[in-house]
Amino acid sequence: MIHLDSISKRYQNGHEALAGVSLSISAGEMVFLTGRSGAGKSTMLKIMSAIELVSSGQIVVNGRNITRIHRRDIPFFRRDVGVIFQDHRLLYDRTVFDNVALPLVIAGLGHQEIGRRVRAALDKVALLKKEKRYPIELSGGEQQRVGIARAVVNRPELLLADEPTGNLDPGLSAEIMNLFRQFNQVGVTVMIASHDIDLINRMGQRMLTLSDGRLIDDRVSGLGIRSGLK
Amino acid sequence: MALNKTYFLRHLQVLFSTLGQLVRMPAASLMMAAVIGVALALPTGLYVLLDQMQRLSTPWQSAVQISLFLTDEASQPGRYRQVLKEVEAFEEVDHVELITPEQAFDEFRELSGFGAALDALNDNPLPAVIVVQPVEAITETESAERLQKRLQAVNGVEIAQLDLAWMKRVYALLELGQRGVMVLAVLFGLAVFLIVGNTIRLAIQNRRQEIEVMKLVGATDAFIRRPFLYSGFWYGVFGAVFAWFLVNFAMLAIAQPIQRFAVLYDSQFTIQMIGFSATLGLLFFAIALGLTGSMLALRRHLREIEPS
Repeated sequence: MIHLDSISKRYQNGHEALAGVSLSISAGEMVFLTGRSGAGKSTMLKIMSAIELVSSGQIVVNGRNITRIHRRDIPFFRRDVGVIFQDHRLLYDRTVFDNVALPLVIAGLGHQEIGRRVRAALDKVALLKKEKRYPIELSGGEQQRVGIARAVVNRPELLLADEPTGNLDPGLSAEIMNLFRQFNQVGVTVMIASHDIDLINRMGQRMLTLSDGRLIDDRVSGLGIRSGLK
Repeated sequence: MALNKTYFLRHLQVLFSTLGQLVRMPAASLMMAAVIGVALALPTGLYVLLDQMQRLSTPWQSAVQISLFLTDEASQPGRYRQVLKEVEAFEEVDHVELITPEQAFDEFRELSGFGAALDALNDNPLPAVIVVQPVEAITETESAERLQKRLQAVNGVEIAQLDLAWMKRVYALLELGQRGVMVLAVLFGLAVFLIVGNTIRLAIQNRRQEIEVMKLVGATDAFIRRPFLYSGFWYGVFGAVFAWFLVNFAMLAIAQPIQRFAVLYDSQFTIQMIGFSATLGLLFFAIALGLTGSMLALRRHLREIEPS
């Protein structure tokens, strides 16, 4: 699902956010990406969703080589990858329904199909009753769930989440993580960047650790056993 | 086929949803329509006026006339008939029209507004006038001038005045007016173009976050561009409608004075509203400006907005 071959990302100011990272994630895996602030977690996710391009190396995501992806092709690549942000990135002048419907409207689906899929996605995140509300009327956890519904409404095979529980209390965080686990159980590959080690340890999944732009650890969380660097 | 239909429907949907957005902010939209309307109204109004004047003056084009003002002596009753005969004998003369001093006096009193002053005069100071209409062959300045010189030499003719110079001036003025309208149309068109471009630029910046989110969930540039393009389209339409009403109100306002003025020149000239083709032209011009204005703004500013 994801293959990185010694990728590096150097910004124009000379800062090297990623340095020679290689890794491989298979379809159906659930992977956590951790490390301190500034270790390169966000850059990694940005590269995987074609928000940033790599400076060197090769990157294949969802069966598509996006190393030098053309501007023109980016929208179509993104339609097959669900991305979730810490700050939700919702449109606050539109209802919950319209927010979740956005990817489908963009993809040009018919009216009825949109209604059906949006309600299915809202049902999964338990927000079906709030479809007519505006995001600002919802709690932080609910807003994050709207963001998740929007990310999965296209039925992507890959979900990328950047600190999805960053602003939530532990109870809500666990709830969100369970949601991700449910998606993973039906076959969706999930990659979550988080610095919440306690939470990650409780999940017992593969955990990648970044430090200064390098991959320093790759093991199953909570067990303390290295599965070996690739 | 099915895809084309959805595509068409989506365009239609965006077309009307942008209209809805504009209607939901009536103050801003009206302001915008007014600004564009005023900018379009000036060249449009001038164009319509000139067009009407030109249509009116077309039959004058070949009309070369020479007016012969007779001497006092020749203006006496009975005397001018002789001059008339002599002039009629010219080969180049098609027909002549005699205006006796009495006719001239009456006409002058009626139209000049000096009626009371003229009544105070003891006798009629006006000479008899013979209006000479040359044969059609005499259209060029040179031949007309030659005829004028020969008529001047006729006994009893005080002044032979060729009306060609006056016509030439009218035409020169009309041409000048046309150029002026063109220059104005270009200048004000540029203004509309910039106004729309700037408005769209601000709209893009206001919706920066929305654009970022749309790009993040896979929107193509074409998809993001669409509502802005249609806004430009509607600005053009509204501006044209506004300009249409402005020009017609202006025409109504000047219709009466113009008609009174025209009567003084013995003309049937009346002001008309904007015609069908001019209306279409105005609409087309305005929409083209609205679309190109927004296109330019989009081209320049949409690329700058990328999610981070």
